[in-house]
Amino acid sequence: MPLLEIRNLAVTFATGRGPLRAVDGVDVDVEEGEILCVVGESGSGKSVSMLAVMGLIAHPGRVTADRMRFGATDLLGISPRERRRLVGRDIAMIFQEPMSSLNPCYSVGWQIGEMLRTHHAVPERQVRDRTVELLDQVGIPAPATRLRAFPHQLSGGMNQRVMIAMSIACNPRLLIADEPTTALDVTIQKQILELLVGLQRSRGMGLVLITHDMGVVAETAQRVQVMYAGQVREERETDALFAAPRDPYTAALLDALPERAIGRRRLPTIPGVVPGIDDRPTGCLFNPRCRFATERCVREPPAFAGPPGARTRCHYPLDEQGVPTNDHPLRMASVA
Amino acid sequence: MTVLMEARGVRRYYDVRGGMFAKHGVVKALDGASFELYPGRTLAVVGESGCGKSTLARIATLLEPPSEGELLIDGKPTAGATGAERRHLRLTVQMVFQNPYGSLNPRKTVGAILEEPLAINRLGNRRQRQDAARAMMAKVGLRPEQYGRYPHMFSGGQRQRVAIARALMLNPRVVVADEPVSALDVSIQAQVLNLMMDLQEEFDLAYLFISHDLSVVRHIAHDVMVMYCGRPVEMASKDELFSAPRHPYTRVLLAATPSVDPSHRNTTAVIRGELPSPLDPPAGCAFRTRCPFATERCEAERPDLRDVDGSLVACHYAEQIGRLPDAAEAASPPQ
Repeated sequence: MPLLEIRNLAVTFATGRGPLRAVDGVDVDVEEGEILCVVGESGSGKSVSMLAVMGLIAHPGRVTADRMRFGATDLLGISPRERRRLVGRDIAMIFQEPMSSLNPCYSVGWQIGEMLRTHHAVPERQVRDRTVELLDQVGIPAPATRLRAFPHQLSGGMNQRVMIAMSIACNPRLLIADEPTTALDVTIQKQILELLVGLQRSRGMGLVLITHDMGVVAETAQRVQVMYAGQVREERETDALFAAPRDPYTAALLDALPERAIGRRRLPTIPGVVPGIDDRPTGCLFNPRCRFATERCVREPPAFAGPPGARTRCHYPLDEQGVPTNDHPLRMASVA
Repeated sequence: MTVLMEARGVRRYYDVRGGMFAKHGVVKALDGASFELYPGRTLAVVGESGCGKSTLARIATLLEPPSEGELLIDGKPTAGATGAERRHLRLTVQMVFQNPYGSLNPRKTVGAILEEPLAINRLGNRRQRQDAARAMMAKVGLRPEQYGRYPHMFSGGQRQRVAIARALMLNPRVVVADEPVSALDVSIQAQVLNLMMDLQEEFDLAYLFISHDLSVVRHIAHDVMVMYCGRPVEMASKDELFSAPRHPYTRVLLAATPSVDPSHRNTTAVIRGELPSPLDPPAGCAFRTRCPFATERCEAERPDLRDVDGSLVACHYAEQIGRLPDAAEAASPPQ
């Protein structure tokens, strides 16, 4: 049984210009001890889908799903009281900006202790020792002296370590990290990623890493979901995805990376912009920007389909050479 | 090739006033940098937060005078210039900022934003300014009907096009770009990088391109300057820097940058420690507290930039380190 199982998740926000579907028909499975990366550009719905899991979508947002289970618990029918018991203890989350996620008025020791107290993780007299132990585990030097430090006295990297210490305080089975390194320098990013992966391995946690950085995906993930305009475009094993993406959007995104264009003067670009609420295309949501789009793509929205471990949302998934399959006109032309 | 802009040992210090309990201090935000900019070429400045790259940008755009050292434009020093001369010098250097959401006035239309630099400098009449703005919009790939629109009606990539267009309105010869693509998504980043390279070719611009992203730098730069704690630690041509990095910090930066090749993932070593406080930088070599090769000599004696096989490197052991095959394999100091 997967640790987290979501089927057909949709998150809709009522706006003055009609409903905005931020997440649209997303399936997520996370196994125990697995690292899943959710990657996408801004506005692709990658954060919103995970906020829905945490129960953090506020009015006017509306969350619907066919199924949303964490282990044996049904997250859809859960009462707010039961959710508060679960969230923070069994499912924990880390956010992008450690400086704004921590409370500036309390010491970091107090804030980590608050997690332990709220969930009665350890008896009151052990809270301090456990806090020191947690700070030590996340690689903060001289942890006992740092208990009384306030967030403004620590660097961004150190604050993110404090956030990680808080999130693992109650031994969660699932950790969701939303762009945990985006605000950090590269050398610090490297340290934080190594720390997260190390903790995930030693504790056998499930880890969902939300990022916009393909490099971070390649270095950490076992499985990847690529999101675009609220939908999952492609779900693959990491190595397979980078070797031969099957979805035209993933392929175009990888081609646009400067690292993949060494020796070429011009970078291949994706024309146009991500569709907004007013210009949502018919059929496949990527069709106005796709170089392989046909008349069928404009007419008929593709299903998220394909063999397990290689599912895509495309009528003509690409083959290993990057040529569209099925009965795409390009392929028919080359056969003829 | 003629040198457009030259910096000779520029430094910029900031006084930090002591509070009730804090001591009075001096932050050496920029502690001795020299470089030359040529038409049609890009010098990239790379480093982590607090390394002085944005201070360098402020000095290069004449927003602040250097505390020490001198900045020359067309071989003429900028320090002694009179008001009128300074105004003229400023026309040659323009800037593109990181965040196109913050650097465009939300209450002005694109047309007004583009005409403002001309109006301030009393160039042309209203009609000519409008024509110039429309011509520039076409050059950066904006449509003519967008002339009357406000910044909030544009996406991030389009706003950065507006910001670039505004920088080019005065026909500058040097453009200082401070992290111009780091706020943009990958697909948009590629469009803006292509645009910047096309414009450089068309107008023969010199770019001072500030970035923390090495893969972007590798794409756009001709020469690279790596900075750490206010000082350049390595200066080399792009090919030299990426194929044979000689400073340990450059190697660490290259190793820490995530690669999109999954086979790369286990070959890199973690770098220890945090960036030192700019108020209290380590004595000797500033990088020694995090450097795997540091010795007593690094603490006693600060290495100056020196020529090592054509690159400028500030490290006592640049020769030995430059010969190591991979940044990750060498965890022990050279014998």
